[in-house]
Amino acid sequence: SVLEEFQMEEFKERCTQCEAVSWGLTDEGKYYCTSCHNVTERSKEVINSDIIPNAQIKALNRGLKRKNNSEKGWDWYVCEGFQHILYQQAEALKNLGVGPELKNDVLHNFWKRYLQKSKQAYCKNPVYTTGRKPTVLEDNLSHSDWASEPELPSDVNSPFLESGMESQSDVHTRKSLRISKALQSETSVCSGSLDGVEYSQRKEKGLVKMTVPQTLAFCYLSLLWQREAITLSDLLRFVEEDHIPYINAFQHFPEQMKLYGRDRGIFGTESWPNYDDIYKKTIEVATFLDLPRFPDITEDCYLHPNILCMKYLMEVNLPDEMHSLTCHVVKMTGMGEADFLTFDPIAKVAKTVKYDVQAVAVIVVVLKLLFLLDDNLEWSLSNLAEKHNEKNKKDKPWFNFRKWYQIMKKAFDEKKQNWEEARAKYLWKSEKPLYYSYVDKPVAYKKREMVVNLQKQFSTLVDSTPTAGKKSPSSFQFNWTEEDTERTCFHGHSLQGVLKEKGQSLLTKNSLYWLSTQKFCRCYCTHVTTYEESNYSLSYQFILNLFSFLLRIKASLLHEEVSLVEKELFKKKYSVTKKKSKSKKRRR
Amino acid sequence: MSDFSEELKGPVTDDEQVETSVLSGAGMHFPWLQTYIETVAIGGKRKKDFAQTTSACLSFIQEALLKHQWQQAAEYMHSYFQTLEDSDSYKRQAAPEIIWKLGSEILFYHPKSNVETFNTFADRMKNIGIMNYLKISLQHALYLLHHGMLEDAKRKLSEAETWRHGEKTSSREILINLIQAYKGLLQYYTWSKKKRELSKLDKDDYAYSAVAQDVFNHSWKTSVNISALIKMPGVWDPFVKSYVEMLEFYGDRDGAQEVLTNYAYDEKFPSNPNAHIYLYNFLKRQKAPRSKLISVLKILYQIVPSHKLMLEFHTLLRKSEKEEHHKLGLEVLFGVLDFAGCTKNITAWKYLAKYVKKTLMGNHLVWVQEEWKSRKNWWPSFHFSYFWAKSDWKEDTALACEKAFVAGLLLGKGCRYFRYILKQDHQILGKKIKRMKRSVKKYSIVNPRL
Repeated sequence: SVLEEFQMEEFKERCTQCEAVSWGLTDEGKYYCTSCHNVTERSKEVINSDIIPNAQIKALNRGLKRKNNSEKGWDWYVCEGFQHILYQQAEALKNLGVGPELKNDVLHNFWKRYLQKSKQAYCKNPVYTTGRKPTVLEDNLSHSDWASEPELPSDVNSPFLESGMESQSDVHTRKSLRISKALQSETSVCSGSLDGVEYSQRKEKGLVKMTVPQTLAFCYLSLLWQREAITLSDLLRFVEEDHIPYINAFQHFPEQMKLYGRDRGIFGTESWPNYDDIYKKTIEVATFLDLPRFPDITEDCYLHPNILCMKYLMEVNLPDEMHSLTCHVVKMTGMGEADFLTFDPIAKVAKTVKYDVQAVAVIVVVLKLLFLLDDNLEWSLSNLAEKHNEKNKKDKPWFNFRKWYQIMKKAFDEKKQNWEEARAKYLWKSEKPLYYSYVDKPVAYKKREMVVNLQKQFSTLVDSTPTAGKKSPSSFQFNWTEEDTERTCFHGHSLQGVLKEKGQSLLTKNSLYWLSTQKFCRCYCTHVTTYEESNYSLSYQFILNLFSFLLRIKASLLHEEVSLVEKELFKKKYSVTKKKSKSKKRRR
Repeated sequence: MSDFSEELKGPVTDDEQVETSVLSGAGMHFPWLQTYIETVAIGGKRKKDFAQTTSACLSFIQEALLKHQWQQAAEYMHSYFQTLEDSDSYKRQAAPEIIWKLGSEILFYHPKSNVETFNTFADRMKNIGIMNYLKISLQHALYLLHHGMLEDAKRKLSEAETWRHGEKTSSREILINLIQAYKGLLQYYTWSKKKRELSKLDKDDYAYSAVAQDVFNHSWKTSVNISALIKMPGVWDPFVKSYVEMLEFYGDRDGAQEVLTNYAYDEKFPSNPNAHIYLYNFLKRQKAPRSKLISVLKILYQIVPSHKLMLEFHTLLRKSEKEEHHKLGLEVLFGVLDFAGCTKNITAWKYLAKYVKKTLMGNHLVWVQEEWKSRKNWWPSFHFSYFWAKSDWKEDTALACEKAFVAGLLLGKGCRYFRYILKQDHQILGKKIKRMKRSVKKYSIVNPRL
């Protein structure tokens, strides 16, 4: 009958058994799946259908509509979703000890500027209004303001989203966005957000579209602006350790902000952020926002190589005495200069320093200067140190590379194993499953429930000792103390065994060096010869692996950075005596 | 314990083989190709971390299972469940089966697990999608069987049997047949118990007719359940055996014979020695003519020439009137003794000694030479070395005598084995040895009488 057909059309959920959408009615008026004969609990709401069929249709129709509305939740825009994520991330950073200005001023302003530049709000012709009702926002944000001062002007409007959604500036955003709401709602069938479909199709030259990884670029830019003591690798590690919302950040959206369909592709993430990727995005965003030169990175900043080198020397249990050598390298290469270190997006070639990678590369270079790392010299120097230490037990011990290697190897292997296990156990799925359409909703929720039940069942089989909850965030991953007798702390060890005095200055006993990369591309690209592990000494491989694990980057990226530091350090030799460097390598 | 896991996997692997061979047509399967195709499909894009961590998780589970670390395995399993929600639909569909296999293995061995946990798990897994319902039900029933819970197992099988969802595919049909057959097997078990009871009862006993009625009912149901399965190509030994036993019990000899003949001779079935053994034993019970028995064993001989029935086969051949059977009889004996497991079989040696002599006496030297031709290079060191002579004599003088006789006939009186036994000068066997010596002189194929 017509009525029946009508109802079939209305009931479009997927069958929970076989995922088909093909419903029939049983004699009792319940829906059953015609493909697998699964009978649902849902029944036709009409009982006396033969008396007044038309009235029933209307009633049913009304009922469904009302339901749809409440199920659909608020009208919201994609950029509001990202705003929400940024808000959460800023909160998390605040909890990590970052100053409140980051959230209230810097990130807020960056975001506002982004909305403006991408023509989503704070501008004369927001994309969504498409000329119907131009809203001009009188704001004291002007380009000159940003350009004239390195400090961000504090916004006249209220601080950044104290209550998530209701600050005045957002009312502005909302107003300008709402205008085309009526138009949108007709077409936005395939997403919970109003503009999900349109957003994913939007492609304009020069436009930087928001993505979930992009939110971290915003965070990092703000951290950099504030010269906070968090490097990019720290930030990404905090994300991985769940201290900063990222994976499934959408699950903390307000209940009424429904996500499905296209929103899935926009807000769902199934990967952790990648260093290189976020680094590139940071530059991209900064350029797009047309940001002025950032505050100078001076010697007292955490991101300055001298300080970072100190930090990483401590982290990997190397002698403090090495610090003077790293400082020396930094000075010789000019890498400590504010002009070199400070990020300037409007410079000719926008580039920022990978502060953490660079600092670590300096340490690797110093290790190479001291120990050559050719699988030979470092061990004979270790023999000397061992003999000396045995004879002079009361003196400050000489640094013994072999002993350090043994201790670090063990600690590193354990750490890495734990890390791999923790990753394998990572739970990716949110409590709020993302589905493609309303039809998929019950299936998605049923799957979720199943998984939760299964997990519950298996957790009873696991030892009752609770797995030591979330690690508290720390910029250090290794901890070395003098008291720990199991694991020697080398911070206080001396480099006397590898240095010799010559007049006033100290020289390294080792007078050889080999370059990590012999030739650089002639072109202006940043290409360096690729890192083929097996071509290098085992000690070098170990050190690269250790450091790249700390930073969660690929070893090849660090190798590249080491090569770049060497390029600066041996600048003259590089250009004049290419042959010599080759012959040096041969001597190893 | 390990038996169970074999059982658990048995039907599944059967089914998989069917499926993969269907997929690739020629019955070839390249697991590495699959992974290669997968990497091509994502176009060099970085694999999502979700995919990476879950596959790492899978290897951790497999490693834990291998090392019998059930606790760790359960821990990783806790995370692995999320593959049910994989956004890659191909992987999502494959997930329930993998989870079921791993999970059931863990629950089978985990010290904190019990039947109830297993039941809950199985019931949950059954209802994720419809693809695995039957398979899991069957394995669930086998698990219960393993724990001696016959009634519960039967109930699970009945549930699965009446389950109707979606289209009927051929792989599903096999499963349904298998489920019914297992149910039949359980009924057979009850029947055979009842039958034993019945045999203990007096015919005049008041309970007799009731029990007899029961026995009858069971057999009827069972035959229905099993018969569908054993018509499909496969190895169904326990099913066939019990089915035939029941048919025979109720006097349906033709039926039984038909089943067994089909099981043994249908070319669609995989080669299965047991099929021929069942048929032979059945025919023997039915006192079938010798020629028929010979034809059955002839096939068994081709599949398993070392089978212990081969000696019976030899006897049948010897008694036959046909000359070609006599020749085959010799072949069969040589064949049996080719196998290391039969070297100490005294009956085989006795038969061989007698029969070689008889054959030679019957002027069929060529037959013996023919058999010996392919063996003369290796039998002397395999059977007739000095070492064997010594150890055989020490262990079993009778065996040594028989072997010595054969050695003498085949290798001549100069052969070491023969000479060693001859020298032993045993009191009781003295006479026999003398007779043997004479025969060897007369009949040995070495230096045939000029």
